[in-house]
Amino acid sequence: MISQQFEYSAPATLQEALDLLANEGAKPLAGGMSLIPMMKLRLAAPEQLIDIGRLRELNYIRREGEQMHIGAGTTHWDVESSPIVRAHCPLLSETVSNIGDIQVRNRGTIGGSAAHADPSADYPAAFCALEAQFKLVKKGGERVVGASDFFVDMLTTALESGEIIAEVIVPVEQRGTGVSYQKCVQPASGFAIVGVAVRVSSEFVRIGVTGLGAKAYRATNAEEIYTSTHDAAKAAAVVADGADSNSDIHASASYRKHLARIYTQRALKEAASRMG
Amino acid sequence: MSSRKEPDNPQQDEATPKNKFSRRGFLSSVGITSGALTTGLLEPEAEAAPVAAKVVGPGEVPITLQINGKPVKISVEPRATLCDTLRNRLELTAAKRVCDRGTCGACSVIVDGKAMYSCTLLAIDLQGRQITTLEGISTEKKLHAVSKAFVNNDAQQCGYCTPGFVIASKAFLDRNPNPTFEEVKHGLGGNLCRCGTYVGIRKAVLEAAKELKGGSNA
Repeated sequence: MISQQFEYSAPATLQEALDLLANEGAKPLAGGMSLIPMMKLRLAAPEQLIDIGRLRELNYIRREGEQMHIGAGTTHWDVESSPIVRAHCPLLSETVSNIGDIQVRNRGTIGGSAAHADPSADYPAAFCALEAQFKLVKKGGERVVGASDFFVDMLTTALESGEIIAEVIVPVEQRGTGVSYQKCVQPASGFAIVGVAVRVSSEFVRIGVTGLGAKAYRATNAEEIYTSTHDAAKAAAVVADGADSNSDIHASASYRKHLARIYTQRALKEAASRMG
Repeated sequence: MSSRKEPDNPQQDEATPKNKFSRRGFLSSVGITSGALTTGLLEPEAEAAPVAAKVVGPGEVPITLQINGKPVKISVEPRATLCDTLRNRLELTAAKRVCDRGTCGACSVIVDGKAMYSCTLLAIDLQGRQITTLEGISTEKKLHAVSKAFVNNDAQQCGYCTPGFVIASKAFLDRNPNPTFEEVKHGLGGNLCRCGTYVGIRKAVLEAAKELKGGSNA
């Protein structure tokens, strides 16, 4: 397979990139782990690729007060191997180490994964459980969108034409919070058939689910039951209620719902055991 | 495997000089291609230069890649992947084009010390990066410790996934010189073997780890 022809530009600054992305038909390229296969399959056919993968302005991990700021161009490996992320946002470390294969983690980026919004991607489960915020930029504009509004549908996000993710913002985890990401992996691709990210403390619980429906979501109904009962099985029992479950050769809709319940229970139990 | 022609690839039709790693033997010219004089606008040094924002393509663009320690000048369309460029233009055929969508690992190469899928990288995007292919670390005369361990452990059947496995194993051991069996299994999860020789492969990687620590192979 070879993709359709396109023009290419590797701007040196974010500002230049945003100027170029304002052109109709231009699309940003970061790690290319999703976009390049999609272009080969003709699921995407941009006229112009603007390579933002080399922009140092988008490649950083830093803590500012009670928030972690991660540049959208930061690779999965850089997140996975970051001591700051491990210390302050262990759910992200655990989730990212489960993404695909090392070849993908070495190249793919946090912003690229979020913008692609694959319904089976791992990151979105953590983004939902962390109530992550996305700083979006375009020529002459900037806004911040929360995870629940950012993921709109299968492969569809709140990103507008010409707009890219500049930064992902997640909270610094407080002491006494236990986290876990549990995933039923599709062994060839490494994608999650179902993945469940959990944060739990004496004060709150957050459950993010990926792989089950068209987009990752926060299972607030299961969170409410866990808050009132502290019973992982009871909470997990409702995690897939009302979900419009995906169905494919790897798992039928009803089996996916079953998996979501099992993996939610596992993640809740493991996170609770790590509350410390 | 009888036909290696890939008619959907327009680059294939060009008579490009090939380098000394020729295994196909159907082109006899020797020497690394030197495309049209480059404008310098996409040279690695120019990363921060203002001209970098110039839009190029969709036709061929002169670029320079650092492959196995040597600069290689070539002209490619922006859509050319590294895998196709290595195989079809530079006669570096260790990286295999199999799934062609970043899943199977047969096309693995090392970029700046990290294993990556060459089928899912644009050649034009790799200027200034150090690209290592299997040809750069293991030759018939001097096998790399990982290659030797693959032979010792019967770590292949048809062998088509082997170059990708060897290069991925090398990158894995560079990062984790003293792995456990489980770490090897996880670390090589990006490479698939349809013959199912995983047991031999994992044993080979553990053997190579011991061998490399003994310092018998650079």
